[in-house]
Amino acid sequence: MAAIAEKFAPRRSIFQFILDRPSMLGPIFVAPAILYVLALIGVPFLLAVFYSVSAYTIYNQSYHFVGLRNFFQIFQSDIFRTALINTFIFTIGSQIIGLVLGKFGALLLLRPFPGRKLVRALIVLPWAVPVALATVAWEWMFDSLYSVINWTMIALGVIDRSDAPNWLGNPHLAMLCVIVVNAWRFFPFAIVIFLAGITAVPQDVIDAATVDGAGFWRRNYQIILPMIAPIVVVGLIFGTVFTFTDLSIVYLLTNGGPVNATQVLGNLGFQIGIQSGDVSHGAAVSLVMLPVLFVLVIVMLRFVRRREI
Amino acid sequence: MPRPLATAAREGAFYAGVAFLVVIAAFPFYWMLITAFKTNSDLYDLSNIPFWFNDPPTLAHIRYLFEETLFARWLLNSLIVGVCVVAITLVTALPAGYSLARMTGRNGEALGIGIFLTYLVPPTLLFLPLSRVITVLGLQDSMWSLVLVYPTFTIPFCTWLLIGFFKAVPREIEEAAIVDGCSIFGAFVKMVLPLSLPAILTVVIFTFTLTLQEFVYALTFISSTAQKTITLGVTTDLVRGDIYFWGELMAGALIAAIPVAIAYNLFLDRFIAGITGGAVK
Repeated sequence: MAAIAEKFAPRRSIFQFILDRPSMLGPIFVAPAILYVLALIGVPFLLAVFYSVSAYTIYNQSYHFVGLRNFFQIFQSDIFRTALINTFIFTIGSQIIGLVLGKFGALLLLRPFPGRKLVRALIVLPWAVPVALATVAWEWMFDSLYSVINWTMIALGVIDRSDAPNWLGNPHLAMLCVIVVNAWRFFPFAIVIFLAGITAVPQDVIDAATVDGAGFWRRNYQIILPMIAPIVVVGLIFGTVFTFTDLSIVYLLTNGGPVNATQVLGNLGFQIGIQSGDVSHGAAVSLVMLPVLFVLVIVMLRFVRRREI
Repeated sequence: MPRPLATAAREGAFYAGVAFLVVIAAFPFYWMLITAFKTNSDLYDLSNIPFWFNDPPTLAHIRYLFEETLFARWLLNSLIVGVCVVAITLVTALPAGYSLARMTGRNGEALGIGIFLTYLVPPTLLFLPLSRVITVLGLQDSMWSLVLVYPTFTIPFCTWLLIGFFKAVPREIEEAAIVDGCSIFGAFVKMVLPLSLPAILTVVIFTFTLTLQEFVYALTFISSTAQKTITLGVTTDLVRGDIYFWGELMAGALIAAIPVAIAYNLFLDRFIAGITGGAVK
């Protein structure tokens, strides 16, 4: 005991006043994190808004104010409108496929069976591995000549070598490809979220429902689903936000092509703002994503609060 | 159907479902693996069955990566960036998480959610202004720009993870230290931090994997080969002209992916607890 007391013997210093008071130390402890985030998220965000209403390019760095002219101009561009629609198709399509596979996978993995740990480790891979690297593997699988998917279909006699699809060269197929790769990347996350939710439902609630005569579907959709809804919504919003604003899959697989068939807002903002140096229009394209994100965050906040009651 | 048959059918369907999911999830990685070790003549021969080795496996692609490209340099760059970002994240997120869990009451809770929400601000919204900021700071085309920018998403995420953890540490431990004459700061450093080693380890692993996974900022800020991180280097630098060298590409992707995959699997449960906000209450 004496040794412990000695170890923590008070060291008096002029800072003692601060170090002893939660009301002083609390804010000092949070300050670095908040300042860092404010300086490198808050300030750039304001800067983005500022660029979007100015005529700033990297060649002509004049800040003169042009109001909403950039926004009117991008909305008149066909490429932008295609990108806007594509972004919604891309997001909604991949989230739906991801959720369906996720629910299906969670139902399977709920049950203990030999090798479940290994199965889970393998299933989590698409979500764990850096998406850019996995996308390159998919690009190779979609290769116009050596596609393993085409090889298999030809070997099975489903298609002929002469009319084998050019996955990334055909506008409709290219869209399908980016959606599939994104859904593939997202579904392990959905499985894990569903599992986390379902295992958190107390067994006695389910037992009580069973005793009261609820069958499999009723238990699933009237008891379990409402109870896990908050956690699933939070997960879904994560997936949606990151899909809606993503550019890595589209950039690497198709770079928006062929002829803008898979162009999405993130990639378009990158092409205009970084590659062409037209910062103000690029910022305007990015900021169009903001209202959607805003709505999603509001929904998310409601559910996070509900969890805490 | 007699009972045993029905059971067998149900079991069969179950394992078929599991197998289906595993194939979907893991096939691209199997494909990466087998491509990385195939000879070129095997890879680009359409009459071969592509699912296994028709020629004996080769290490030529991996050797090429280390001898003819800056692959080793990219690994080193990723390591440097990762370590620096981990250090910055720990120094800021540990006290912030502790403060928001213990010292700031109701306001702290709201502030905690606020910090977490900044994790949702996407890179595609910020890359334009940030690239201007980085030019002003003279960090353009340097991996140090990533050291500066990556904490913007690791700090929010890790602070959130740590809030949940610190709430679970019994208050009595700090109180005992304070009774023994420690300041609150002393109690935090000498009692709480050593007890939090599992949480700190989680933060280290996740910060590191998040930096390896990041692509958008790296793509935006860095263009010279010698400054690239592993994810960016493999995906943008191994394509020469319009020609893809799939063996080298897959070998590079495989080597970069393996450590992340292992780390993720080991720490998956904590990650989920963090992301769903269901952190230990």
